[in-house]
Parts: sequence; C-alpha cells; structure tokens
Amino acid sequence: MEHYTMNLTLKVWKQKNQNTRGHFETYQVKDISSEMSFLEMFDVLNERLIEENREPIAFDHDCREGICGMCSMYINGRPHGPWHGTTTCQLHMRAFKDGDTIVVEPWRANAFPVIKDLMVDRGAFDRIIQAGGYISVNTGSAADANAIPVEKEKADQAFTAAACIGCGACVAACKNSSAMLFVSAKVAQLALLPQGAPEKKSRVLDMIDQMDKEGFGSCTMTGACEAVCPKEISVDNIARLNEQYLSAVLTIDK
Amino acid sequence: MTWKQLFTSSIGKKLVMGFTGVFLILFLVVHVGVNACIWANDGGTMFNKAAHFMEATVVIRILEVGLFAGIILHLVQGITLEIQNRKKRSIGYHVPMGNRGSKWYSRSMGLLGTLILLFLIVHIKHFWLPNRLGGLANIHEIGFISYNGKAYHNLYGEMLVVFQSLAVVIVYVLGCISLAYHLMHGFYSAFRTLGLHNPRYVRIVHATGTAFSIIVPLAFAMMPISIYMGWIS
Ligand code: SF4
Ligand code: FES
Repeated sequence: MEHYTMNLTLKVWKQKNQNTRGHFETYQVKDISSEMSFLEMFDVLNERLIEENREPIAFDHDCREGICGMCSMYINGRPHGPWHGTTTCQLHMRAFKDGDTIVVEPWRANAFPVIKDLMVDRGAFDRIIQAGGYISVNTGSAADANAIPVEKEKADQAFTAAACIGCGACVAACKNSSAMLFVSAKVAQLALLPQGAPEKKSRVLDMIDQMDKEGFGSCTMTGACEAVCPKEISVDNIARLNEQYLSAVLTIDK
Repeated sequence: MTWKQLFTSSIGKKLVMGFTGVFLILFLVVHVGVNACIWANDGGTMFNKAAHFMEATVVIRILEVGLFAGIILHLVQGITLEIQNRKKRSIGYHVPMGNRGSKWYSRSMGLLGTLILLFLIVHIKHFWLPNRLGGLANIHEIGFISYNGKAYHNLYGEMLVVFQSLAVVIVYVLGCISLAYHLMHGFYSAFRTLGLHNPRYVRIVHATGTAFSIIVPLAFAMMPISIYMGWIS
C-alpha cells in the first residue's frame, strides 16, 4: 500500500479524574504517516503537547501488539476503531484519510469508571476472575501435562475462548453494558476442558454473582460485542454460559 | 443459591424472558391456526366452531390463566430489564454505534414490546372481553349463531363488524409488524438464552425463527385485510 501523510482533526475526551465532569477537546495533528499505528499518532500529539507545556492526553497501553488488552479507545463510534478483529494499538493510520475528523471517547459503562481522559478502571474484570475464573490445583511437583486426555476439537475451542484479552470492548459496545462475552469466554475456556469440571457449578454461579455486583447489565443477545471483539470471541460462548448457569442453578446442592 | 437469586440475577431475568417467550410463541401457533379457519370461506362456521372448542373445555381455560400469567411475567420482567439495563451507562457516547454490529430491532425489544402491548389492549377489548363477559350480544345483534340447533358465539360476525373500519385494520397491521420484528430477534434470542449453543441446532433455530417471524404475523395481518377488502364471504 502506498505511503501518504495526512492532517487530522481529533476530538478527544478530557476528564481530570473520576469525580469531575469531562468534555471534548479539539486538536489538530499534522503530517501523520499512514504507516503509524493509532497510538503512535497519539504519541506524536502528546510529544507536541508536552513541548507546548500543555497537559498530554492520558490513555492506556502496554504491549502494543494486540495481546494485553489495555488500549481501550472508542474511535468514531466503535470500540477499537473501524477495523474488524483489531485492537486500537494494531489499528493503523491508513484506515483514515487526509482531512478526517476522529472522535475518541473512553469506554462508557458505570462499571468502568473513567480514571482520567481515555483511561478507565477495568478492575471489575479482575474481581470477576477472582470470584471463580480459575481451577484449583495443589502445589508440589508438576503433574504430567498429558495425564488427562483432551479431545483435539475441545482443546481448540477452549483455546479460541482463551484468546480473550479482557479489553472490555464488548462492554463498551453493548447497549446494556453487559460483560457477558468476557465472562462467557472465561467460563468456556475452563468448562470445555476436563480440568474445569470439578468447579463447574460454583464457578459459573460465583462469576455471574460478581458480574452483577459490579454493575454490568443483562445480555439481550444483540451481538454488538461479537462484532467489535478484537479476538473474535463468538456469542456461542454466551449461550454456553447460559446453559451452564441454568444447569448449575437447578442442580447445585445448596 | 436461592430461588430468589435465580429470578433476580442478570441471567435469571433473561431465563424468565426466554421461557415465557417460548410459551407465548406456542400460543401464537394455536391462535394463528384457529384464526386461519376464517379462510375456509364457509361463512365462518369452521372458525366459530374452532373458537368454541377453545373456550368450551376446562383445560383451555386453565391454559388461558397460564397465558395471562405468562404475558404479565414477560411484561414485568421485560420492563425491569429495560430500566435496569439503561441505568448501566449514565454518560452515553457522542458518536453512537448504531447498526454497526447489531440489528435495530434487537436493540428495540422494549419499544416493540410496548407497541405490541398497546395493540393487545385494543385487541382484547375487541374480542376477548366481549366474548368472555358475554357482551357480544349486547354490542351487536350478531352475538350468537346456531349450527344444528346449538348456539355458538358468533366471533366471526364480530370480526366482520370490527374490521369494517380502516383505522382498526391499520392498527392491527401495525401490531403485526411490531410482532414480526419482536419475534425476529426474540425467537432466536430466547433459545440462546436457554443455552442453545450447538451450531447445528443454532442454524435450525435461526432459520425457523426467521420463517416464523415472517409467516405468522403476515397470516395475522392478512385476516383484517382480507375481511376489509371483502376477499372472504
Ligand atoms: S471478549 Fe473480546 S471484547 Fe470482550 S474483553 Fe475479551 S477480547 Fe475484549
Ligand atoms: S496495547 Fe496491548 S493490546 Fe493494545
């Protein structure tokens, strides 16, 4: 693809902290290379703001290679921007053209309070995992990895679910701010494997309980989450989670 | 785990919507089947007899109570869901996502449901109330009709009277359109909520749901239309 440079207008959400009201601020950026990533464009802008003694824009990022899930930006009305199956850090400026106006907002959900500008607190996801998104294993000498046979197809499905990076785009896209796609991926990756079987019932009940406490909404199956998930997690997992929940709720011995 | 938790958890609420939704879908099958008898073109004899069967036995009466309970549960839980879900995002987006990623009707189940409810109020007032409270005869001269010396409610006659008004026909058609879109998402979504994840069955449910959502409301809508247009005698 041919290289080109562009001048852009950015409308970015600025918010001092959790307790203040935010607002949009407009920035002009010049000579942006089509080969830059979206975050590099922000780096260029922030460098300039620092030189001008203005406050840089706060945004989350870590790996910049699509695996950590930190780079939460809602770009032009879509979490992670216009490209399918892509995180913000992997979005490149060739997705835009000279003269474009780009509106960048933080994830909007009461369960994800804004810390500053485009950074949100996704601690709710960690607490859901702590509630049951694990298997209990005794410490000591490591068990033989192949001691328990796993069907190849199941292993693949579990792996696909495990690709979820906990970015929260599913919540950001959902009209109900539901975390079901995330929780379903975290439940499915264990539910599909024999190692996940012993804690099957308590896991799903505890994780959903925590999910509700954190203030996420109820899933109404619109499919918006699946459409924006950078790891293409399928809503099939949500149906699997529903099935697990229903059978756990009816058969738990408590 | 308590029963209360089952009904108040986020998935629990959806399970109630799913179960009652499937139950109401089953009711639609019966309703459309009975009503289709008007097209027998026999002056309403077959339809009046079918309708009579639907009111004559105690089994149906019990199911009717279940039906109203189902509607009320679906309604109350649906409104609760809508209100609670809306509270989860106090500050909305400047640029909405719109139809990128989801269908408008899947996001408008509350609105479509409300339209259906409004239609139902009109509909129940037209047919169910006068029929059950014996008001048919008072409203119109055509209250009863007798076949082989046995008296039947003349619901068919009632239909002929009600659907003389263009305004009523339009309200019914709009009701059917709302139902079609509500079903287009609801049919598939209900089964997903109840845990259907096997791709083979998901495909079948999707296809069946789409066909059902088009055929059943279309059949319902054709009833007032064909009476108004005088297509049946
Ligand atoms: S399911 Fe997808 S969108 Fe949601 S947190 Fe995981 S990777 Fe992100
Ligand atoms: S910065 Fe790690 S996924 Fe984008």
